[in-house]
Amino acid sequence: MKARAFRYERAHALADVFRLQSEADGGAQFLAGGQSLLASLAFRLSEPSLLIDISRLAELKGISVLPTSDVRVGALTTHRELGAHPDVCRHVTLLTEAVPLIAHAAIRNLGTIGGSLAYADAAAELPACCVALEARIIAVGPGGERAIPATSFFTGLFTTALAENELIRAVEFPCAAPGDRSTIIELTRRSGDYAMAGLVMRATGGRQASRLVYFGVGATPVVASEAANALGPTPWSAEKIAAAQTALDRDLDPPADQHGGPDMKRHLARVLLARAIKKLEAQPEAHAA
Amino acid sequence: MSTEIGISLTVNGERISRRVEARRHLIDFLRLDLGLMGSHTGCEHGVCGACTVRVNGLIVRGCLVLAVSLDGATVETIEGMSDTGEIRDLQDAFVARNACQCGYCTPGMLVTAAELLSDAAKTRAVPSRAAIREHLSGNYCRCTGYHAIVDAVETVARARADGAGTGTGQP
Repeated sequence: MKARAFRYERAHALADVFRLQSEADGGAQFLAGGQSLLASLAFRLSEPSLLIDISRLAELKGISVLPTSDVRVGALTTHRELGAHPDVCRHVTLLTEAVPLIAHAAIRNLGTIGGSLAYADAAAELPACCVALEARIIAVGPGGERAIPATSFFTGLFTTALAENELIRAVEFPCAAPGDRSTIIELTRRSGDYAMAGLVMRATGGRQASRLVYFGVGATPVVASEAANALGPTPWSAEKIAAAQTALDRDLDPPADQHGGPDMKRHLARVLLARAIKKLEAQPEAHAA
Repeated sequence: MSTEIGISLTVNGERISRRVEARRHLIDFLRLDLGLMGSHTGCEHGVCGACTVRVNGLIVRGCLVLAVSLDGATVETIEGMSDTGEIRDLQDAFVARNACQCGYCTPGMLVTAAELLSDAAKTRAVPSRAAIREHLSGNYCRCTGYHAIVDAVETVARARADGAGTGTGQP
Protein backbone atom coordinates (compact mmCIF):
# COMPACT_ATOMS: atom_id res chain seq x y z
CA MET A 1 0.00 0.00 0.00
CA LYS A 2 2.90 2.36 -0.61
CA ALA A 3 3.12 4.53 -3.68
CA ARG A 4 6.00 4.10 -6.09
CA ALA A 5 8.57 6.91 -5.81
CA PHE A 6 7.89 10.07 -7.80
CA ARG A 7 9.10 13.63 -7.95
CA TYR A 8 6.96 16.48 -6.63
CA GLU A 9 6.74 20.09 -7.76
CA ARG A 10 4.45 22.77 -6.36
CA ALA A 11 3.04 25.08 -9.01
CA HIS A 12 2.61 28.74 -8.09
CA ALA A 13 1.04 29.87 -11.38
CA LEU A 14 -0.64 28.21 -14.35
CA ALA A 15 2.42 28.92 -16.48
CA ASP A 16 4.48 26.71 -14.10
CA VAL A 17 2.04 23.86 -14.61
CA PHE A 18 2.34 23.73 -18.38
CA ARG A 19 6.14 24.12 -18.33
CA LEU A 20 6.58 21.33 -15.75
CA GLN A 21 4.17 19.13 -17.60
CA SER A 22 5.86 19.46 -20.96
CA GLU A 23 9.25 18.77 -19.32
CA ALA A 24 7.88 15.56 -17.76
CA ASP A 25 7.06 14.23 -21.23
CA GLY A 26 3.79 12.48 -20.42
CA GLY A 27 4.78 11.22 -16.96
CA ALA A 28 3.16 14.00 -14.95
CA GLN A 29 -0.12 14.01 -13.06
CA PHE A 30 -1.90 16.86 -11.32
CA LEU A 31 -2.47 16.81 -7.56
CA ALA A 32 -5.51 18.84 -6.43
CA GLY A 33 -7.33 17.54 -3.33
CA GLY A 34 -5.76 14.13 -3.81
CA GLN A 35 -8.71 12.23 -2.38
CA SER A 36 -8.92 9.80 -5.30
CA LEU A 37 -5.36 10.18 -6.58
CA LEU A 38 -3.63 9.15 -3.34
CA ALA A 39 -5.67 5.96 -3.14
CA SER A 40 -4.79 5.08 -6.74
CA LEU A 41 -1.11 5.84 -6.02
CA ALA A 42 -1.25 3.54 -2.98
CA PHE A 43 -2.63 0.73 -5.13
CA ARG A 44 -0.06 1.58 -7.83
CA LEU A 45 -2.90 1.89 -10.31
CA SER A 46 -1.32 5.22 -11.10
CA GLU A 47 2.46 5.59 -11.37
CA PRO A 48 3.43 9.13 -12.36
CA SER A 49 7.09 10.16 -12.55
CA LEU A 50 6.10 13.66 -11.42
CA LEU A 51 3.24 15.04 -9.36
CA ILE A 52 2.46 18.67 -10.06
CA ASP A 53 0.72 20.12 -7.01
CA ILE A 54 -1.86 22.58 -8.35
CA SER A 55 -3.67 22.94 -5.02
CA ARG A 56 -2.33 26.44 -4.31
CA LEU A 57 -3.15 28.05 -7.65
CA ALA A 58 -5.18 31.18 -6.92
CA GLU A 59 -6.41 31.16 -10.56
CA LEU A 60 -8.45 28.02 -9.81
CA LYS A 61 -10.13 29.24 -6.65
CA GLY A 62 -13.25 31.14 -5.68
CA ILE A 63 -16.99 31.11 -6.32
CA SER A 64 -18.66 34.03 -8.08
CA VAL A 65 -22.02 34.94 -9.54
CA LEU A 66 -21.66 36.05 -13.17
CA PRO A 67 -23.73 38.94 -14.62
CA THR A 68 -26.01 36.28 -16.16
CA SER A 69 -26.69 34.96 -12.64
CA ASP A 70 -24.83 31.80 -13.63
CA VAL A 71 -22.54 30.60 -10.88
CA ARG A 72 -18.85 30.07 -11.59
CA VAL A 73 -17.15 27.63 -9.27
CA GLY A 74 -13.34 27.50 -9.25
CA ALA A 75 -11.93 24.02 -9.84
CA LEU A 76 -10.18 23.93 -6.46
CA THR A 77 -13.40 24.59 -4.53
CA THR A 78 -13.65 21.83 -1.94
CA HIS A 79 -16.86 19.89 -1.45
CA ARG A 80 -17.15 21.46 2.01
CA GLU A 81 -16.90 24.97 0.54
CA LEU A 82 -19.35 24.14 -2.24
CA GLY A 83 -21.92 22.76 0.18
CA ALA A 84 -21.76 25.77 2.48
CA HIS A 85 -21.69 28.60 -0.07
CA PRO A 86 -24.76 30.87 0.05
CA ASP A 87 -24.71 31.75 -3.69
CA VAL A 88 -24.58 28.07 -4.60
CA CYS A 89 -27.46 27.37 -2.23
CA ARG A 90 -29.53 30.22 -3.72
CA HIS A 91 -28.89 29.63 -7.43
CA VAL A 92 -27.88 25.97 -7.82
CA THR A 93 -29.58 24.26 -4.89
CA LEU A 94 -29.02 20.82 -6.38
CA LEU A 95 -25.32 21.09 -5.57
CA THR A 96 -26.03 21.96 -1.94
CA GLU A 97 -28.22 18.87 -1.76
CA ALA A 98 -25.58 16.69 -3.45
CA VAL A 99 -22.57 17.58 -1.32
CA PRO A 100 -23.52 15.63 1.84
CA LEU A 101 -23.76 12.50 -0.33
CA ILE A 102 -20.13 12.80 -1.44
CA ALA A 103 -17.90 10.49 0.61
CA HIS A 104 -17.36 11.49 4.25
CA ALA A 105 -16.65 14.76 6.07
CA ALA A 106 -12.87 14.23 6.19
CA ILE A 107 -12.80 13.67 2.42
CA ARG A 108 -15.17 16.56 1.65
CA ASN A 109 -12.75 18.85 3.49
CA LEU A 110 -10.06 18.29 0.85
CA GLY A 111 -11.70 16.83 -2.27
CA THR A 112 -12.37 19.35 -5.04
CA ILE A 113 -15.00 19.72 -7.75
CA GLY A 114 -12.35 19.95 -10.47
CA GLY A 115 -10.68 16.80 -9.21
CA SER A 116 -13.97 14.91 -9.10
CA LEU A 117 -14.87 15.87 -12.68
CA ALA A 118 -11.40 15.22 -14.10
CA TYR A 119 -11.23 11.83 -12.38
CA ALA A 120 -14.68 11.02 -13.81
CA ASP A 121 -15.69 8.14 -11.60
CA ALA A 122 -18.91 6.73 -13.06
CA ALA A 123 -20.48 6.40 -9.60
CA ALA A 124 -19.64 9.93 -8.42
CA GLU A 125 -22.30 12.55 -7.73
CA LEU A 126 -20.86 15.75 -9.20
CA PRO A 127 -20.37 14.52 -12.78
CA ALA A 128 -24.06 13.51 -12.89
CA CYS A 129 -25.10 16.87 -11.39
CA CYS A 130 -23.08 18.73 -14.03
CA VAL A 131 -24.71 16.74 -16.85
CA ALA A 132 -28.18 17.22 -15.37
CA LEU A 133 -27.64 20.97 -14.93
CA GLU A 134 -25.99 21.32 -18.36
CA ALA A 135 -22.98 23.00 -16.82
CA ARG A 136 -20.01 24.28 -18.79
CA ILE A 137 -16.57 23.00 -17.85
CA ILE A 138 -13.90 25.61 -18.40
CA ALA A 139 -10.65 23.92 -19.42
CA VAL A 140 -7.34 25.71 -19.63
CA GLY A 141 -4.22 24.65 -21.49
CA PRO A 142 -1.05 26.31 -22.77
CA GLY A 143 -3.08 27.86 -25.61
CA GLY A 144 -5.79 29.35 -23.40
CA GLU A 145 -9.28 28.50 -22.23
CA ARG A 146 -12.18 26.67 -23.82
CA ALA A 147 -15.65 25.77 -22.54
CA ILE A 148 -16.73 22.14 -22.80
CA PRO A 149 -20.43 21.30 -22.27
CA ALA A 150 -20.74 18.81 -19.41
CA THR A 151 -23.01 16.77 -21.67
CA SER A 152 -20.03 15.94 -23.91
CA PHE A 153 -17.29 16.04 -21.25
CA PHE A 154 -17.50 12.45 -19.98
CA THR A 155 -16.38 10.23 -22.83
CA GLY A 156 -15.85 6.86 -21.13
CA LEU A 157 -14.78 5.10 -17.97
CA PHE A 158 -12.47 7.51 -16.11
CA THR A 159 -12.09 9.35 -19.43
CA THR A 160 -12.94 12.94 -20.32
CA ALA A 161 -12.72 15.38 -23.21
CA LEU A 162 -9.73 17.11 -21.56
CA ALA A 163 -6.55 17.06 -23.62
CA GLU A 164 -3.48 15.73 -21.84
CA ASN A 165 -2.09 19.22 -21.31
CA GLU A 166 -5.38 20.74 -20.12
CA LEU A 167 -6.81 21.04 -16.66
CA ILE A 168 -10.14 22.25 -15.34
CA ARG A 169 -10.12 25.87 -14.30
CA ALA A 170 -13.75 26.34 -13.29
CA VAL A 171 -17.27 25.04 -13.77
CA GLU A 172 -20.14 27.35 -14.74
CA PHE A 173 -23.64 26.39 -13.66
CA PRO A 174 -26.73 27.98 -15.22
CA CYS A 175 -28.81 29.72 -12.63
CA ALA A 176 -32.02 27.83 -11.84
CA ALA A 177 -35.09 29.43 -13.46
CA PRO A 178 -38.31 30.11 -11.57
CA GLY A 179 -40.29 26.87 -11.38
CA ASP A 180 -37.25 24.61 -11.73
CA ARG A 181 -37.03 21.76 -9.30
CA SER A 182 -34.26 19.25 -8.85
CA THR A 183 -33.18 16.48 -6.55
CA ILE A 184 -30.51 13.81 -6.14
CA ILE A 185 -30.91 10.40 -4.60
CA GLU A 186 -28.61 7.39 -4.33
CA LEU A 187 -28.35 3.91 -2.87
CA THR A 188 -25.16 2.95 -1.02
CA ARG A 189 -24.06 0.08 1.19
CA ARG A 190 -22.58 2.49 3.74
CA SER A 191 -23.46 6.16 3.89
CA GLY A 192 -20.81 8.05 1.93
CA ASP A 193 -19.55 5.12 -0.13
CA TYR A 194 -19.74 5.20 -3.91
CA ALA A 195 -23.31 4.67 -5.05
CA MET A 196 -24.58 1.30 -6.22
CA ALA A 197 -26.88 3.47 -8.31
CA GLY A 198 -27.96 7.09 -8.17
CA LEU A 199 -30.23 9.54 -9.95
CA VAL A 200 -30.32 13.28 -10.50
CA MET A 201 -33.78 14.48 -11.54
CA ARG A 202 -34.70 17.94 -12.77
CA ALA A 203 -38.07 19.28 -13.77
CA THR A 204 -38.03 22.56 -15.65
CA GLY A 205 -40.44 25.09 -17.07
CA GLY A 206 -44.19 25.39 -16.64
CA ARG A 207 -44.76 21.86 -17.96
CA GLN A 208 -42.11 20.50 -15.64
CA ALA A 209 -40.39 18.51 -18.38
CA SER A 210 -38.02 16.18 -16.65
CA ARG A 211 -34.38 15.38 -17.17
CA LEU A 212 -33.06 12.17 -15.65
CA VAL A 213 -29.34 11.49 -15.22
CA TYR A 214 -28.25 8.22 -13.65
CA PHE A 215 -24.85 7.44 -12.12
CA GLY A 216 -23.26 4.17 -11.09
CA VAL A 217 -25.05 2.30 -13.88
CA GLY A 218 -22.69 2.83 -16.81
CA ALA A 219 -19.24 4.07 -17.79
CA THR A 220 -20.34 7.71 -17.57
CA PRO A 221 -23.39 9.60 -16.27
CA VAL A 222 -26.32 8.28 -18.33
CA VAL A 223 -29.13 10.53 -19.58
CA ALA A 224 -32.38 8.53 -19.51
CA SER A 225 -34.29 10.37 -22.24
CA GLU A 226 -36.73 7.56 -23.10
CA ALA A 227 -37.89 7.42 -19.50
CA ALA A 228 -38.14 11.21 -19.33
CA ASN A 229 -40.30 11.21 -22.49
CA ALA A 230 -42.53 8.47 -21.10
CA LEU A 231 -42.95 10.41 -17.90
CA GLY A 232 -43.96 13.57 -19.73
CA PRO A 233 -45.19 16.77 -18.09
CA THR A 234 -46.84 16.96 -14.69
CA PRO A 235 -49.08 15.63 -13.22
CA TRP A 236 -47.16 12.37 -13.01
CA SER A 237 -49.80 9.66 -12.72
CA ALA A 238 -49.05 6.15 -11.50
CA GLU A 239 -49.45 4.94 -15.12
CA LYS A 240 -46.91 7.42 -16.44
CA ILE A 241 -44.44 6.56 -13.69
CA ALA A 242 -44.82 2.86 -14.52
CA ALA A 243 -44.31 3.61 -18.23
CA ALA A 244 -41.18 5.60 -17.43
CA GLN A 245 -39.83 2.75 -15.30
CA THR A 246 -40.40 0.34 -18.20
CA ALA A 247 -38.73 2.76 -20.62
CA LEU A 248 -35.58 2.72 -18.46
CA ASP A 249 -34.78 -0.67 -20.01
CA ARG A 250 -34.18 1.18 -23.30
CA ASP A 251 -32.04 3.88 -21.67
CA LEU A 252 -29.79 1.79 -19.47
CA ASP A 253 -27.39 -1.02 -20.26
CA PRO A 254 -25.67 -1.39 -16.90
CA PRO A 255 -22.53 -3.50 -16.65
CA ALA A 256 -22.07 -5.81 -13.67
CA ASP A 257 -19.85 -4.42 -10.94
CA GLN A 258 -18.89 -5.36 -7.36
CA HIS A 259 -22.41 -4.50 -6.20
CA GLY A 260 -24.33 -6.75 -8.54
CA GLY A 261 -25.42 -7.61 -12.05
CA PRO A 262 -27.39 -5.68 -14.69
CA ASP A 263 -30.77 -6.91 -13.46
CA MET A 264 -30.16 -5.61 -9.96
CA LYS A 265 -28.98 -2.26 -11.34
CA ARG A 266 -32.11 -1.96 -13.50
CA HIS A 267 -34.24 -2.73 -10.47
CA LEU A 268 -32.43 -0.07 -8.43
CA ALA A 269 -32.90 2.44 -11.27
CA ARG A 270 -36.67 1.86 -11.23
CA VAL A 271 -36.79 2.22 -7.45
CA LEU A 272 -34.76 5.42 -7.63
CA LEU A 273 -37.09 6.93 -10.22
CA ALA A 274 -40.17 6.40 -8.07
CA ARG A 275 -38.40 7.80 -5.01
CA ALA A 276 -37.02 10.82 -6.86
CA ILE A 277 -40.46 11.72 -8.19
CA LYS A 278 -41.86 11.52 -4.67
CA LYS A 279 -39.06 13.70 -3.36
CA LEU A 280 -39.49 16.24 -6.14
CA GLU A 281 -43.25 16.45 -5.67
CA ALA A 282 -42.71 17.22 -1.99
CA GLN A 283 -40.59 20.24 -2.89
CA PRO A 284 -42.01 23.70 -3.27
CA GLU A 285 -41.69 24.85 -6.87
CA ALA A 286 -38.98 27.32 -7.76
CA HIS A 287 -36.31 27.36 -5.23
CA ALA A 288 -34.64 29.72 -7.67
CA ALA A 289 -34.03 33.32 -6.76
CA MET B 1 17.36 11.68 -8.71
CA SER B 2 16.39 12.56 -5.16
CA THR B 3 12.70 12.75 -4.44
CA GLU B 4 13.21 14.31 -1.00
CA ILE B 5 11.94 17.81 -0.36
CA GLY B 6 12.25 20.12 2.63
CA ILE B 7 9.07 21.17 4.44
CA SER B 8 8.32 23.32 7.49
CA LEU B 9 5.04 22.95 9.32
CA THR B 10 3.48 23.17 12.76
CA VAL B 11 2.59 19.89 14.46
CA ASN B 12 0.71 20.09 17.75
CA GLY B 13 1.94 23.62 18.25
CA GLU B 14 5.58 22.80 17.58
CA ARG B 15 7.42 24.20 14.55
CA ILE B 16 9.04 21.35 12.61
CA SER B 17 11.35 21.25 9.59
CA ARG B 18 12.18 17.97 7.87
CA ARG B 19 13.17 16.54 4.54
CA VAL B 20 10.59 14.04 3.35
CA GLU B 21 10.27 11.68 0.45
CA ALA B 22 7.61 12.93 -1.98
CA ARG B 23 5.57 9.74 -1.69
CA ARG B 24 5.44 9.83 2.15
CA HIS B 25 1.86 10.28 3.32
CA LEU B 26 1.04 12.28 6.43
CA ILE B 27 0.46 9.28 8.70
CA ASP B 28 3.82 7.69 7.94
CA PHE B 29 5.39 11.12 8.44
CA LEU B 30 3.73 11.52 11.84
CA ARG B 31 4.36 7.97 13.03
CA LEU B 32 7.70 7.07 11.51
CA ASP B 33 9.46 10.43 11.20
CA LEU B 34 8.04 12.24 14.24
CA GLY B 35 7.24 9.25 16.48
CA LEU B 36 3.64 10.34 17.04
CA MET B 37 1.99 6.92 17.24
CA GLY B 38 -1.50 8.05 18.26
CA SER B 39 -2.83 8.29 14.70
CA HIS B 40 -3.33 4.79 13.40
CA THR B 41 -2.54 3.33 10.02
CA GLY B 42 -5.51 1.32 8.78
CA CYS B 43 -6.46 0.72 5.19
CA GLU B 44 -4.12 3.31 3.66
CA HIS B 45 -6.60 4.15 0.92
CA GLY B 46 -9.10 6.43 2.58
CA VAL B 47 -11.82 4.01 3.62
CA CYS B 48 -11.41 3.25 7.33
CA GLY B 49 -10.85 6.61 9.06
CA ALA B 50 -8.34 5.30 11.64
CA CYS B 51 -5.78 7.90 10.50
CA THR B 52 -8.03 10.97 10.85
CA VAL B 53 -6.13 14.09 11.94
CA ARG B 54 -6.68 17.83 11.56
CA VAL B 55 -4.92 19.93 8.95
CA ASN B 56 -5.45 23.69 9.07
CA GLY B 57 -8.37 23.16 11.44
CA LEU B 58 -10.28 20.60 9.34
CA ILE B 59 -10.32 16.82 9.68
CA VAL B 60 -8.65 14.85 6.90
CA ARG B 61 -7.58 11.29 6.16
CA GLY B 62 -3.87 11.25 6.95
CA CYS B 63 -3.29 8.53 4.36
CA LEU B 64 -4.78 10.73 1.61
CA VAL B 65 -2.45 13.68 2.18
CA LEU B 66 1.19 13.85 1.09
CA ALA B 67 3.46 15.26 3.79
CA VAL B 68 5.35 17.18 1.13
CA SER B 69 2.19 19.15 0.25
CA LEU B 70 1.91 20.47 3.82
CA ASP B 71 4.65 23.11 3.79
CA GLY B 72 3.34 25.90 6.01
CA ALA B 73 0.37 23.88 7.30
CA THR B 74 -0.86 23.36 10.85
CA VAL B 75 -1.37 19.72 11.83
CA GLU B 76 -3.08 18.51 15.00
CA THR B 77 -3.10 14.88 16.08
CA ILE B 78 -4.77 13.03 18.93
CA GLU B 79 -1.66 13.72 21.04
CA GLY B 80 -2.01 17.48 20.63
CA MET B 81 -5.77 17.45 21.12
CA SER B 82 -5.29 15.42 24.31
CA ASP B 83 -2.60 17.75 25.66
CA THR B 84 -4.69 20.88 25.19
CA GLY B 85 -7.68 19.33 26.98
CA GLU B 86 -9.92 20.24 24.04
CA ILE B 87 -11.58 16.82 23.95
CA ARG B 88 -11.15 15.78 27.58
CA ASP B 89 -14.91 15.51 28.06
CA LEU B 90 -15.23 13.37 24.95
CA GLN B 91 -12.42 11.09 26.07
CA ASP B 92 -14.03 10.72 29.51
CA ALA B 93 -17.36 9.90 27.89
CA PHE B 94 -15.71 7.24 25.71
CA VAL B 95 -14.36 5.61 28.87
CA ALA B 96 -17.63 5.98 30.79
CA ARG B 97 -19.67 4.51 27.92
CA ASN B 98 -17.16 1.78 27.13
CA ALA B 99 -16.84 3.22 23.64
CA CYS B 100 -13.33 1.92 23.08
CA GLN B 101 -12.83 -1.79 22.87
CA CYS B 102 -9.62 -2.70 21.03
CA GLY B 103 -8.94 1.03 20.68
CA TYR B 104 -7.67 0.94 17.12
CA CYS B 105 -10.35 3.21 15.69
CA THR B 106 -10.58 5.41 18.80
CA PRO B 107 -8.20 8.26 17.89
CA GLY B 108 -9.91 8.64 14.50
CA MET B 109 -13.34 8.48 16.11
CA LEU B 110 -12.40 11.15 18.65
CA VAL B 111 -10.91 13.53 16.08
CA THR B 112 -13.91 13.04 13.77
CA ALA B 113 -16.48 13.48 16.54
CA ALA B 114 -14.68 16.59 17.79
CA GLU B 115 -15.39 18.33 14.47
CA LEU B 116 -19.10 17.50 14.64
CA LEU B 117 -19.27 18.75 18.22
CA SER B 118 -17.45 22.00 17.51
CA ASP B 119 -19.58 22.66 14.39
CA ALA B 120 -22.74 21.98 16.44
CA ALA B 121 -21.55 24.23 19.27
CA LYS B 122 -21.51 27.22 16.92
CA THR B 123 -25.30 27.08 16.84
CA ARG B 124 -25.67 25.49 20.29
CA ALA B 125 -27.46 22.65 18.52
CA VAL B 126 -27.45 19.06 19.72
CA PRO B 127 -26.89 16.76 16.75
CA SER B 128 -29.39 13.90 16.48
CA ARG B 129 -28.22 10.31 16.77
CA ALA B 130 -28.77 10.01 13.03
CA ALA B 131 -26.56 13.04 12.42
CA ILE B 132 -23.87 11.59 14.70
CA ARG B 133 -23.99 8.27 12.85
CA GLU B 134 -23.83 10.08 9.51
CA HIS B 135 -20.81 12.13 10.57
CA LEU B 136 -19.00 9.04 11.87
CA SER B 137 -19.98 6.94 8.85
CA GLY B 138 -16.49 7.21 7.40
CA ASN B 139 -14.87 5.63 10.46
CA TYR B 140 -14.89 1.86 10.82
CA CYS B 141 -14.95 0.18 14.23
CA ARG B 142 -14.21 -3.50 13.61
CA CYS B 143 -15.24 -4.35 17.17
CA THR B 144 -18.57 -2.96 15.90
CA GLY B 145 -19.00 -0.91 19.06
CA TYR B 146 -20.84 1.83 17.23
CA HIS B 147 -23.75 2.10 19.61
CA ALA B 148 -21.54 2.98 22.57
CA ILE B 149 -19.58 5.46 20.46
CA VAL B 150 -22.77 7.24 19.40
CA ASP B 151 -23.88 7.22 23.06
CA ALA B 152 -20.63 8.89 24.11
CA VAL B 153 -20.77 11.57 21.42
CA GLU B 154 -24.42 12.28 22.17
CA THR B 155 -23.68 12.59 25.90
CA VAL B 156 -21.02 15.20 25.24
CA ALA B 157 -23.17 17.06 22.72
CA ARG B 158 -25.93 17.40 25.31
CA ALA B 159 -23.53 18.36 28.08
CA ARG B 160 -21.88 21.04 25.99
CA ALA B 161 -25.23 22.45 24.87
CA ASP B 162 -26.26 22.63 28.51
CA GLY B 163 -23.18 24.74 29.13
CA ALA B 164 -21.43 22.07 31.15
CA GLY B 165 -18.15 22.91 29.51
CA THR B 166 -16.36 22.57 26.20
CA GLY B 167 -13.64 20.11 26.89
CA THR B 168 -12.91 20.54 30.58
CA GLY B 169 -14.19 17.04 31.23
CA GLN B 170 -16.27 18.21 34.16
CA PRO B 171 -19.67 16.49 34.40
